[in-house]
Amino acid sequence: MRLQKIGIPILLALALAAPFVVYPVFLMKALCFALFACAFNLLLGYVGLLSFGHAAYFGFAAYISAHAAKVWGLGPELALVLGTLTAMGLGLVFGWLAIRRSGIYFAMITLALSQMVFFFCVQAPFTHGEDGIQAVPRGRLLGLIDLTDNLSMYYFVLVVFILGLLIIRRAVGSPFGQVLKAIRENEPRATSLGYKTDRYKLMAFTLSAALAGTAGAMKALVFQLASLTDVHWHASGEVVLMTLLGGVGTVFGPVVGAFLVVAIQNYLAQMGAWVTIIQGAIFVVCVLTFRRGMVGEVLEFWRRRNAAGPPAPPPGGGH
Amino acid sequence: MKRLSRFALATALVLALAVPAMAEVSDGVVKIGVLNDMSGVYSDLCGPGSVEAVKMAVEDFGGKVLGKPIEVVSADHQNKADIGANVANKWIDVDKVDVIVDLPNTAVCLAVQKICQDKNRINLISTGASVILTNKNCSPTGFHWTYDNYALAKGTGTAMVKEGGDTWFFLTADYAFGHDLEKSTAEAVTKSGGKVLGSVRHPFPCNDFSSFLLQAQASKAKVIGLANAGGDTINAVKQAAEFGIVQAGQRLAGLLVFISDIHSLGLKTAQGLVVTTGFYWDLNDETRAWSKKWSARMNGRMPTMAQAGCYSATMHYLKAIQAAGTDEAKAVAKKMREIPVNDFFAKNGKVREDGRMVHDMLLAQVKKPEDSKYPWDYYKILRVIPGDEAYKPISETECPYLLEKK
Amino acid sequence: MFELIGIPPQALFGQMLLGLINGAFYAVLSLGLALIFGLLNVINFTHGAQYMLGAYVAWLLLNFLGINYWLALILAPVVVGAFGILLERLMLRKLYHLDHLYGLLLTFGLALIIEGVFRNLYGISGQSYPVPPVLTGGYNLGFMFLPLYRGWVVFFSLVVCLGTWLVIEKTKLGSYLRAGTENPTLVQAFGINVPRMITLTYGFGVGLAALAGVLAAPIYQVKPTMGADMIIVVFAVVVIGGMGSIMGSVVTGFMLGLLEGLTKVFYPEASNTVIFVVMAVVLLIKPAGLFGKAS
Repeated sequence: MRLQKIGIPILLALALAAPFVVYPVFLMKALCFALFACAFNLLLGYVGLLSFGHAAYFGFAAYISAHAAKVWGLGPELALVLGTLTAMGLGLVFGWLAIRRSGIYFAMITLALSQMVFFFCVQAPFTHGEDGIQAVPRGRLLGLIDLTDNLSMYYFVLVVFILGLLIIRRAVGSPFGQVLKAIRENEPRATSLGYKTDRYKLMAFTLSAALAGTAGAMKALVFQLASLTDVHWHASGEVVLMTLLGGVGTVFGPVVGAFLVVAIQNYLAQMGAWVTIIQGAIFVVCVLTFRRGMVGEVLEFWRRRNAAGPPAPPPGGGH
Repeated sequence: MKRLSRFALATALVLALAVPAMAEVSDGVVKIGVLNDMSGVYSDLCGPGSVEAVKMAVEDFGGKVLGKPIEVVSADHQNKADIGANVANKWIDVDKVDVIVDLPNTAVCLAVQKICQDKNRINLISTGASVILTNKNCSPTGFHWTYDNYALAKGTGTAMVKEGGDTWFFLTADYAFGHDLEKSTAEAVTKSGGKVLGSVRHPFPCNDFSSFLLQAQASKAKVIGLANAGGDTINAVKQAAEFGIVQAGQRLAGLLVFISDIHSLGLKTAQGLVVTTGFYWDLNDETRAWSKKWSARMNGRMPTMAQAGCYSATMHYLKAIQAAGTDEAKAVAKKMREIPVNDFFAKNGKVREDGRMVHDMLLAQVKKPEDSKYPWDYYKILRVIPGDEAYKPISETECPYLLEKK
Repeated sequence: MFELIGIPPQALFGQMLLGLINGAFYAVLSLGLALIFGLLNVINFTHGAQYMLGAYVAWLLLNFLGINYWLALILAPVVVGAFGILLERLMLRKLYHLDHLYGLLLTFGLALIIEGVFRNLYGISGQSYPVPPVLTGGYNLGFMFLPLYRGWVVFFSLVVCLGTWLVIEKTKLGSYLRAGTENPTLVQAFGINVPRMITLTYGFGVGLAALAGVLAAPIYQVKPTMGADMIIVVFAVVVIGGMGSIMGSVVTGFMLGLLEGLTKVFYPEASNTVIFVVMAVVLLIKPAGLFGKAS
């Protein structure tokens, strides 16, 4: 708790000052992916469901909001909401199908369903295939604030990101979140306690998809384009990587992971296929040596120093 | 007081805007950024080979323009439009890049051309294919150099009909690019008196074409048009050979094929394929001389039209800076339109108002293995297609700033 | 009757045969996945990369050592299988006591590395592998021209699948394997080296993927990305079939190939997605999969 009291204001101050030091477009991209990773972590970290198809919600929402802003001329906030709602609907349907199985099957099903969305996006005329939706206007926020300026766009993104984070924290901390954790630890017991676990899982899935959609819709506005990249299974893999690297089941882990992965992509862009190799290597190292992720390991170190107790079991120990 | 400060601010602004225009070369260096696909699907046909071509242009120009050094930087956009946009923004804002060259993948082209237009920089597209880059999405400072899908479709469609291939069946990649390619080709075919018997839309990307090839065979069309690109075209050609389509008398027309694709397929499989290309290394002494120089630096490969186009475009850009006496984009763009293009790549090429560089195209047929005498001896040139015939006429332009003028 | 929908029956047979050929690849790949899953409880995401490796090993053998297709058909699965054994010993083994999802994540990372390395080495447009001379050409079956090589693919995959099934259902080794799946501790108590059995099974499953790769090399372009897109479809096949039975995964593979082939005739636009749609439908009706045991 003490850590939070000092930490959060410092983080906030850093976030406010950052665009004056670091290239704002990079920051916005990282924030979009951070929200995406947090939404994904809601499912993996708190319900124990590994979705390997979150790109579907992220990318499809990007298309919808880009289309809404460009073709229907909606303002940025409406485009964002529309993208979120679409992802939510998609998440509801896919979640309804996918929660029929659990564990590895769940991962494969979500992957297959998202591949279906990918193929749909390749073929559908409104996405313009490989060209993507280009020159999406950022527009004026509530008709007032011009978002073409990178700085105002950054603060808008920051606000949406913090809102998203608060929603996730609220969900996790509420009784709803407690049930989710109970499902993660022992689903049969949760069922025997009288909880309709499927309904809880579906709600978590839908919420996660919706927030992933918000992140995707925001990315479309930031870069003023929506393309196939964001619905491809590579994007699904990247969000898993971010969460794993940062720390599954921690609040800030996915954020840290997202910043690192986006930095790798951006600053090693010249290295071409090496980016894939590096990402793969990080996966392997994370899984083999530090399954708590960076933030997870730091927290664990902190906890052990204060309590000097035995280490908590790493996530996923046991079947 | 308030008014005075406002006046001062205004003066400062005017000065700030005017100064770069007056300076000869901004920041004392001309920086060329080669942005393309270094590792993905297009890396063989542009990739590092394009960077090498641009470097050769800089060396041949003497390494300096208006007395200032020329620098070349490069990056991989991984075929992701957001990464491409990010690199372009950073190059212009932070690294002071003056021109962005090559640009495969239409999604990236569109994004980067828009950025260059907004920030008043030149972009020279060589590998990008779509005709919309000089039409609906044209830019006063954007140039499209080597080819476009319209020219390829029209060249191949018209020429094949003239040679007796008057009935067509299309295998079309089921996304915007494939649909456009099919439409342009079908138009050219019908205009020349041919007939389209049908088409089938295959998923993209597609591994197995056997089913679609069987449908094409059943149509009894004389020509099977491949309205797809890259790996899809390669697989289709390969499997057509397997099913004996060409031996049975039907001809294949590749609508977007690079010589690197032929190299990867091998002549045994690709023989007989008819393609339109903007450049062939073995056309004449001049093309051979340049290509061999390039080849020596690229492990014996031979340049694709995209790579050769990068050299030509860069050279022309540097000449335009020399002539304009500045590297300010609008002045350079104006000169680029005035000076004719004359090098090994293009004879009497001209840069149109919409940014399209119009030059002669070549209709080629892939040789039989026994006719190929030395490495990379792949094409038999059937016909030279005059530029004005190949490219979309400017009278049909959809370019907004040209339409306004009318 | 068939003419009513515009397709003469003979053409239809041709298309069904082609579908069956593609189904052969699904069958061999999902068989390997099912075997590995049965004993290791790991979904092998590297399967696609290992399929690609099989094709590349065949290509390398031909181009650098002059070793022909027939030998490659044996050598490539052995080489890639040995590589798989190495991976199992060095990495996968450490994850057995954890949640199964970690095995999935590890193999996903490995797949990225392998694909990236090959992209760096050989570029993306790929290499061409010639059809072995004995199998060039084809027969005119009357209703279609069947390339000899494709006929060979169907025949050989059927032999491999049946052979694997026989080994597992009818031999002593197979009974150990099945018992090891059910209750490893008990089998260990009988004096059987279960960890070694697991290692060898993984090697065999990977070898099957490599075998499919060699079979695919002359048909498709040998390229680094050839496995990635395939593996997702095969995952869907596995979900539809359920991984409970060896025969189930083989039959599902062939059936879905057939279905995909028919889609290419009647509604080609959906041929990429039809398997995923079937998956969704199966999940609604029988969540455990067509041949799966309810969990």
